[in-house]
Amino acid sequence: MKFTLSWLKDHLETEASLQEITDALSMIGLEVEGVDNPAEALSAFTVARVKEARQHPNADRLRVCIVDTGSDEVQVVCGAPNARSGMLGVFAPVGSHIPGTGITLKAGTIRGEASNGMLVSEREMGLSDEHEGIIELEQEAPLGTPFAKAAGLDDPVIEIAITPNRGDCLGLRGIARDLAAAGIGTLKPLDAAPLPGGFDSPIRWQRALPDDQQHLCPFVSGRYFRGVKNGPSPKWMQDRLRAIGLRPISALVDITNYVTYDLSRPLHVFDADKVKGDVTMRLAEPGSEILALDGNTYRLDETMVVIQDDAGPEGIGGIMGGEVSGCTEATTNVFLEAALFDPIRVAETGRALGIHSDARYRFEREVDPNFVLPGVEVATRLILELCGGEASHVVTAGEVPAWDRSVGLRTARIASLCGVEVAADRQAEILERLGFAVDTSGESSGERLEAAVPSWRPDIEGEACLVEEVLRIHGYDAIPEVDLPRETYLPKAALSTGQRRVAAARTALAWREMWEGVTFSFVSGKEAALFGGGEAALHLDNPISADLDVMRPTPLANLASAAARNADRGYADLALFEVGPQYHDDSPDGQATVAAGIRAGERRQRSWAAPGRPVDAFDAKGDAEAVLTACEAPVANLQVTRDAPGWYHPGRSGVLRLGPNVLAQFGELHPRVLRALDLKGPAVAFEVFLDRIPLPRAGRQKPSLLKLSAFQPVARDFAFVIDEDVPAEKVLRAARGADKALVSDVVLFDVYQGKGVEPGKKSLAIAVTLQPRDATLTDQQIEAVAQRIVQQVASATGGTLRG
Amino acid sequence: MDSLEQLQSSLIDQVAAAADLEALEKLRVQALGKKGALTQRLKTLGSLSPDERREAGQSLNKIKEAVNAAIETRRGTLEEAALEARLAAESIDVSLPARPAELGRIHPISQTWEELVAIFGEMGFSVAEGPHIEDDFHNFTALNIHEWHPARQDMDTFYLKPAADGTRKVLRTHTSPVQIRTMLAEKPPIRIIVPGRTFRADHDATHSPMFHQVEGLVIDKKTHMGHLKGTLTAFCRAYFGVDDLPLRFRPSYFPFTEPSAEVDIGCSREGGELKIGPGKDWLEILGSGMVHPQVLANCGLDPEVYQGFAFGMGIERIAMLKYGFPDLRIFFETDLRWLKHYGFVPLEPPSLVRGG
Repeated sequence: MKFTLSWLKDHLETEASLQEITDALSMIGLEVEGVDNPAEALSAFTVARVKEARQHPNADRLRVCIVDTGSDEVQVVCGAPNARSGMLGVFAPVGSHIPGTGITLKAGTIRGEASNGMLVSEREMGLSDEHEGIIELEQEAPLGTPFAKAAGLDDPVIEIAITPNRGDCLGLRGIARDLAAAGIGTLKPLDAAPLPGGFDSPIRWQRALPDDQQHLCPFVSGRYFRGVKNGPSPKWMQDRLRAIGLRPISALVDITNYVTYDLSRPLHVFDADKVKGDVTMRLAEPGSEILALDGNTYRLDETMVVIQDDAGPEGIGGIMGGEVSGCTEATTNVFLEAALFDPIRVAETGRALGIHSDARYRFEREVDPNFVLPGVEVATRLILELCGGEASHVVTAGEVPAWDRSVGLRTARIASLCGVEVAADRQAEILERLGFAVDTSGESSGERLEAAVPSWRPDIEGEACLVEEVLRIHGYDAIPEVDLPRETYLPKAALSTGQRRVAAARTALAWREMWEGVTFSFVSGKEAALFGGGEAALHLDNPISADLDVMRPTPLANLASAAARNADRGYADLALFEVGPQYHDDSPDGQATVAAGIRAGERRQRSWAAPGRPVDAFDAKGDAEAVLTACEAPVANLQVTRDAPGWYHPGRSGVLRLGPNVLAQFGELHPRVLRALDLKGPAVAFEVFLDRIPLPRAGRQKPSLLKLSAFQPVARDFAFVIDEDVPAEKVLRAARGADKALVSDVVLFDVYQGKGVEPGKKSLAIAVTLQPRDATLTDQQIEAVAQRIVQQVASATGGTLRG
Repeated sequence: MDSLEQLQSSLIDQVAAAADLEALEKLRVQALGKKGALTQRLKTLGSLSPDERREAGQSLNKIKEAVNAAIETRRGTLEEAALEARLAAESIDVSLPARPAELGRIHPISQTWEELVAIFGEMGFSVAEGPHIEDDFHNFTALNIHEWHPARQDMDTFYLKPAADGTRKVLRTHTSPVQIRTMLAEKPPIRIIVPGRTFRADHDATHSPMFHQVEGLVIDKKTHMGHLKGTLTAFCRAYFGVDDLPLRFRPSYFPFTEPSAEVDIGCSREGGELKIGPGKDWLEILGSGMVHPQVLANCGLDPEVYQGFAFGMGIERIAMLKYGFPDLRIFFETDLRWLKHYGFVPLEPPSLVRGG
């Protein structure tokens, strides 16, 4: 909502400075978004008289002017055709900045004649495109007066944000009322007394709404004016409308716009000669059309309220008038409309038609139901004053709906809810200044007051609203800052185990040289499908683009695309992860937290110390296990199976599980996925499902008791030849299980196929550590364990000791 | 006895002249070995009278000790020289870079999230979360935002495709539905923060279709607006690390709070640089208020018994203000260059007591 300071002062008698006013506005809830004073850019320019203008001796098109600035006489060379002796113009002295040209004036000589300043045009002043000649002031003003003041431009424009509950402040009067309540001046009286009409209106209002939808337009009023002259509106009105960004059109149209902003009372004017018969408030015929004042044709449906005459719809109720019956410069007879419309229906209709208008904006936020007839009277004064003519009697249809109601306030509630004491009589005073009629005479006088809500405050619903009203005018600054008392002396844990695991996973992966991304929860349908998602139920109905229209099945979908984007920028070797949501369905439980990551290109950049190497599935397996370790999963007990989902390479991927519970999956990305995302391989990925990791049993877990052995461990190496399709894990398990008391560690240190190992077989070399507990091992004991290991591996895998 | 003196000086001269450890060992054997000159001399003592033997033995032993000492001295010198030579030969170019290893980085959103937890955690708040795909009731209706409400139209809500019954789920437009879920599930006292993803159908230089908010909710029988001011003042000062940071509470409107307040923090823009702290300007950073009685009632809490406050702010916004990240949209681009430049080292979680 924009307005100018002088316009505000039409309603508010005040000595307050601009700064005091804007400070007060923000602190009573009318947030100032900007203040723009056009006079500031024009401060150097003053009113001056051209005392003498003579032809430049050396240039046909130039004149040499002697300018009287009020304090001085200066010579200026001027090229304007209208520069002549005696005229009143605008002088820019040497050193001033010309907004229209961006030049700072210097003293100079033009073709041999001294020039000390400039007589300026409107374009040079940045006021308009007018550049035919220099500005010629029509009204007398003392020489030396600031031009902005003489031209009425010294009027700051204030822009404030109006919250949706304050429809009353979409007019200057509401803003002035709030300021007056806050002690910034007093509200001036508004002259809206009825003016008698001279004849009966030839046009009458009809309402033809269904019985159960009378509320869509409960009341409408109007007046007929004959013999008007619709020229341009006066300068003061045009200036104000322009200052707030509106384009002046004609006196009649400008009056409706002016009253809309002045009093938050939307109006419409019909050219009465173009209206066929009476006008009726009714629901539109489905499929009927209207050419609206914005030049667009809108197709209406049966939910929309229209103003219709015998020819068809002439206006969309509460939103916009029609072009056909609109006023023009030729209009001589006018019919004025002031109506009440249902806020919800106006909002729905406006949304359906995509029309944003000042009227819609105000009706949606509710206008003062009791101000329809005063609005007609204010408009009547303006029409008669600016356009002449004669007014009819006022015509109406329907009734103003009842708006009288009152809300109680326990005076102690301000303190108990807001922590600040405000005296009961001060509470009453504030509410009265805001227009409430306060009754403190009730039984529990002093403890409770009853406030009759003014018609312009439909937002006041209950006691909390009154608390807010009192407090915002009293000032939020009066509320003390109070420490929130602690419920316990030391804080309790803020995070659950599950929440801590998110941070643990993040830290573990960053330590593994991976970079954390935070990516959108939605992806394209194509990306979703590549990663097993894209169910219809997870499609957005109104995506902002087709690339972002499905809830993602895994963060991996976003990370894989991000990897491709980074590669396109020249960063193909990368390691990215995200700990974030995946979406299975649209229920509250259909969301899970996944730690996902992708590595592409070289795992390590090549260096003088070691060659680079491409990423492989075991990098991803290591990442997954690191997350699981960080989240205290029983990593040693996990099984590895080969049934990873389809976005992984079927032969180079695996699943880490506890029985049926899949905790993680990892592997190379499927070549098909890489091709679809235009991502060059190799690329490996993992997903760890944090919510599926078992939670520790309640109570702090103590580690098992450590028994340190006094005896040296013994290491023995074995190499087994087994069929190449036997998982290595079987060999490791068999070796570990050969003597659980004695075998403390088994490490696989070599996998070999090639010369010396027959085709279809592979050689696995393991190092087994034996840790005796009670006595040093004898050679016989070591040999016995070694035999058991060989037997166990043989029976588990069919492998034989390599010769 | 001349010959003994000669022998001693000759042996000592030879030891001093030994070129390397090998030559020295050879000398030691020649002098002190089983067949060495001194050893041979000592063997001849048996043929002497006891007195002569004592005298000669003492002399010989003195020589032996002297030669031994000379050998050890020489050995030390030679060993030192050998070590010097080896060290000289073993020198490397220490300007070579270490084997490549990098510490990854934590995303600024996560860092800020943890900072929020650290500060509010100290004030006794715990972290609550909720689903991103919400229903109308939790995201709107229970929060007093009715279908026709202008605030609802302003929110640019994302909807999922309609279900069979025609209803549409929404992507939560704010973290406030978790207020509702918490109040429905738990009895007061409630003291939570809700950091999380939120969604609005808006994409331009200053809006992202996904962003993060943190919600705060305190419900009990006595928490009032003064506590709201105290809590947010303490938070902002701790978060921005400015002890005298001024805050300004302005009346505002949210459907789910009454009275409502927007909160500005002090700043200055002198020299074109934004500085958070006491200054001439204000920056709006969050919305807050006392929980609306209708919202309490919607959650089965009697507004005559329970009261409290709620607040919400944008995590990206406060991160940008604190750390000076210039652009919102790139937060979610996963651009490695940005992550490397603006990411945080994963050394320890932020903590007030550690000064993080």
